[in-house]
Amino acid sequence: MLKARVIPCLDVNAGRVVKGVNFVDLVDAGDPVEQAQLYDAAGADELCFLDITASHENRDTIFDVVARTAEHCFMPLTVGGGVRTTEDIRKLLLAGADKVSINTAAVHNPDFVREASEKFGAQCIVVAVDAKRVDAVTREPSPDGTRFEIFTHGGRKATGIECISWAEKMAEFGAGEILLTSMDRDGTKNGFDLALTRAVADAVPVPVIASGGVGNLDHLVDGITEGHASAVLAASIFHFGTYSIQQAKAHMLAAGAPVRMDETAA
Amino acid sequence: MIGIVDYGLGNLTSVAGAVSKLGFEPHITSDADTLAASDKLILPGVGAFPDGMANLANRGLIDILGDLVIKQRKPILGICLGFQLLGLSSEEFGHTPGLGWIDAPVTRLKPADNALRVPHVGWNDLTQTKPDCILFDGIADQSLFYFVHTFHMETPPDGSQVGTCDYGGAFTAAVQKGNVFGTQFHPEKSQQAGLTLLGNFLEKA
Repeated sequence: MLKARVIPCLDVNAGRVVKGVNFVDLVDAGDPVEQAQLYDAAGADELCFLDITASHENRDTIFDVVARTAEHCFMPLTVGGGVRTTEDIRKLLLAGADKVSINTAAVHNPDFVREASEKFGAQCIVVAVDAKRVDAVTREPSPDGTRFEIFTHGGRKATGIECISWAEKMAEFGAGEILLTSMDRDGTKNGFDLALTRAVADAVPVPVIASGGVGNLDHLVDGITEGHASAVLAASIFHFGTYSIQQAKAHMLAAGAPVRMDETAA
Repeated sequence: MIGIVDYGLGNLTSVAGAVSKLGFEPHITSDADTLAASDKLILPGVGAFPDGMANLANRGLIDILGDLVIKQRKPILGICLGFQLLGLSSEEFGHTPGLGWIDAPVTRLKPADNALRVPHVGWNDLTQTKPDCILFDGIADQSLFYFVHTFHMETPPDGSQVGTCDYGGAFTAAVQKGNVFGTQFHPEKSQQAGLTLLGNFLEKA
């Protein structure tokens, strides 16, 4: 049967890892390729690079990072951040990415998703959805709010777009997967926003990757069993060595989430 | 020398990296002479079917590959979209004829279980319907491989199916018809099992 995926995510700025694995045996802790190789050896199911490079002149560094990673890592790779044109997508796929994640560009021009999907196939187009709870009446951000809306710019900029219908629309436009991040939970270690995850996962026919808030291994289980996500993405619990990929998977398996156990993994 | 067919689509670098890792010399090319000089060919692919066939046609590759693979019987491995292109046709964004080397059309995945999502993304078990196929040497039945696809090849009537995967019903996940091999999954992205399978093709096909 299809396994639930565990996906570590690396933030990359101008070709260097910003928030990465804190292992002592790394020669160059800032090299995304070396970190990717560690996760490959550790049996991660997929790897995600999020390019957070702000300056335009450094934007091409990600293509080199992806190409060097693909030369050494024989595992699936999703790359997101700053993807705005079909040319960006083409270059990332040729460099070795399997999937490309579109975020802001989809909000600005939803038809871009349709265009990308027709050109490259739905299976490689991931739409990243950054959602935040807002008060159902005032529409102001509120951790207790019951309405979910899309935010851009790392959660700072409201769009007024309702999240569930947006995810449905993106799937309809050809997104092959939704990477759903709760901006309320991101960085909190309090676990996924399960109500948000489940609402989106139950509404769309495509796989949903849950993201934002993982602080312990039970959170990973919850994302799959209660959030109905097909995959769980986490950054800090793996990067800072709190848990290994194998620990995470063993825990998930014991808790009834189907995962791939790799006996050869480090 | 291993010719990796460059038709402007697909994760060429990943495939080339895996071929190098296995000790072979990859050449990413659409040049007829280089392809002819290659011992084996790999047709990778990440993309949509109509674009794939159009790109092959624009580069004159349909005739070149037809000559090398069908007339000269050079071994070829199609991966993911590259595998689907070996089929008769696809219904992805309308009807597009394929290379037609495997006698089966490519249609949309329709899992019998409504809870299963499409695309089919992730690691799934491969059932070796013909365990003797050289691709599977040293690989246990039910080993996990990485899939990412919306469409699938229907069961070829000529018995060329060698492996299936169950996703709300069994679908064709690997084929061999003489010198023509194909996998719906990505061996170059399937860690150790994938490298073993790719190595089998490179060494034994």
